[in-house]
Amino acid sequence: MKDKVIEVQDMVKRFGSFVANDHLTFDVYRGEIFGFLGANGAGKTTAIKILCGLSRPTSGKVIVAGTDAFRSPEEIKKKIGYMSQRFSLYEDLTVSENIEFYGGIYGMTRKEIFPRMDLLIRKLDFESYRNTLIHDMPLGLKQKLAFSIAVFHGPEIVFLDEPTSGVDPITRRQFWEMIYETARNGITVFVTTHYMDEAEYCNRVTIMNEGRIEALDTPTRLKEIYGVSNMEELFLKITRPQNNKA
Amino acid sequence: MNTAVEASHITHRFGSTVALDDISFKIGEHELFGFIGPDGSGKTTLFRIITTLLVPDKGSMTVMGRDTIKEFRSLRSEIGYMPGRFSLYQDLTVEENLNFYATIFGTTIKENYHLIEAIYSQIEPFRKRRAGALSGGMKQKLALSCALIHKPSLLVLDEPSTGVDAVSRAEFWEMLYKLRDEGITIVVSTPYMDEAMRCDRIALIRNGKTLGIDTPDNVRKKFTQKLFAVSSPDIYSLLLALRSMPAVNSAFTFGENIHVTIAPGKTIDEVERSLAEKGFTDAKINGIIPGVEDTFLELTQK
Repeated sequence: MKDKVIEVQDMVKRFGSFVANDHLTFDVYRGEIFGFLGANGAGKTTAIKILCGLSRPTSGKVIVAGTDAFRSPEEIKKKIGYMSQRFSLYEDLTVSENIEFYGGIYGMTRKEIFPRMDLLIRKLDFESYRNTLIHDMPLGLKQKLAFSIAVFHGPEIVFLDEPTSGVDPITRRQFWEMIYETARNGITVFVTTHYMDEAEYCNRVTIMNEGRIEALDTPTRLKEIYGVSNMEELFLKITRPQNNKA
Repeated sequence: MNTAVEASHITHRFGSTVALDDISFKIGEHELFGFIGPDGSGKTTLFRIITTLLVPDKGSMTVMGRDTIKEFRSLRSEIGYMPGRFSLYQDLTVEENLNFYATIFGTTIKENYHLIEAIYSQIEPFRKRRAGALSGGMKQKLALSCALIHKPSLLVLDEPSTGVDAVSRAEFWEMLYKLRDEGITIVVSTPYMDEAMRCDRIALIRNGKTLGIDTPDNVRKKFTQKLFAVSSPDIYSLLLALRSMPAVNSAFTFGENIHVTIAPGKTIDEVERSLAEKGFTDAKINGIIPGVEDTFLELTQK
């Protein structure tokens, strides 16, 4: 049996009378690239906040990295990495200061941080940027650094919320190569995107609509099931069902 | 065709950073013109110059034949601008925002309602909601309504579709076509290469320079090499294998395929043989027609 890193059963989140997440049920397996897709307002951000321990579900069972999101959301935060579309790096700190800061936040000791920082800087080919302020770095490099920092403390799972929004085609592809490499090293990648070609790069994809999960499978299987030739058509079919009746 | 926007040798610096480097172009009236390029390529700086909000270090810009520096006051009522960052009043309601913009331009919602009806009707049920509490898609629709309410001749949209889902983006473009057909010139920027095909003409922009201005179809034809799509279930292993082959010039992922060009003097047959040797017996190879994104990748590799 596959090793589950995220286990969600009948998860509901209400804001007043509005049901943002309507009985979500899904599992995410270790080392998988899990694509979380949906239209704006479908409830993706609400679900991610719960999975990251930032918000509590109204009801249901949510286990992330072996930890219950109901009882100990604080514990979850230590076991995950997170990167949002607008990066979380400090513009007025240098590359090495940002790495040190985030390592510290995640409870790493200086003895752990510095050797790993050297490795990372070499791997990224960032020697000449070590003491550069984030503010002065090209966007593509910031993006790579933000991702590297999100996995620096060796989390079991990393959440990437629209990580490639507004990035140029080359950097976008290089970014996905980092995602592949990370997944190969056993870190689970949970990613949202509005680029439908990127949906193809995921091992499995969910498509949310109006608070529910409408589809969940490999991209190939989903295209077969819905009888479409690409992910864009699939997305259209699921998020705008009224257009297909005509 | 009359010229709506004309840039002549525009250069602009921020400290030591050259944001725009000697850019010239002409945009015709009633054209839907796209600037296609990544963050940091200079699109926003250019748009701020077009909309009279920024004075360039060098060069000149005219809109509807009028100079953007000397005649900025009269031009501002001709231009509708939707900045990349949501810039409406978060603590005013949907309706109050629209009313505010109509009033400062000396018009009323009623007078130009026909222009915004298709867009605004979708958010009208929420007209009493504060703008700050709207979803991303609704904010976008409100911002467009506010940019249009004074019936501008030129509409400038800075990345209106970034962060918007694929289906809403397609609907947004349908709205832009309607506005163009009403006679409004539209200048739009986007990091999405598939949206380039939707424009009448495009300029690829990178590092403050244009890499070519033409119809999307002609930009596509600038691709100089033969292009192949290669696919196999394990796309990452396939990518690494292709990259390691001397016969492969470039290999980029495109959804379920990898787009491959061949090194000088080599053939696709050699790639096919190497793939078989490496155990990719199920790999499929097809010759394909390049898209705008392929051209952009090729141009930026040079």
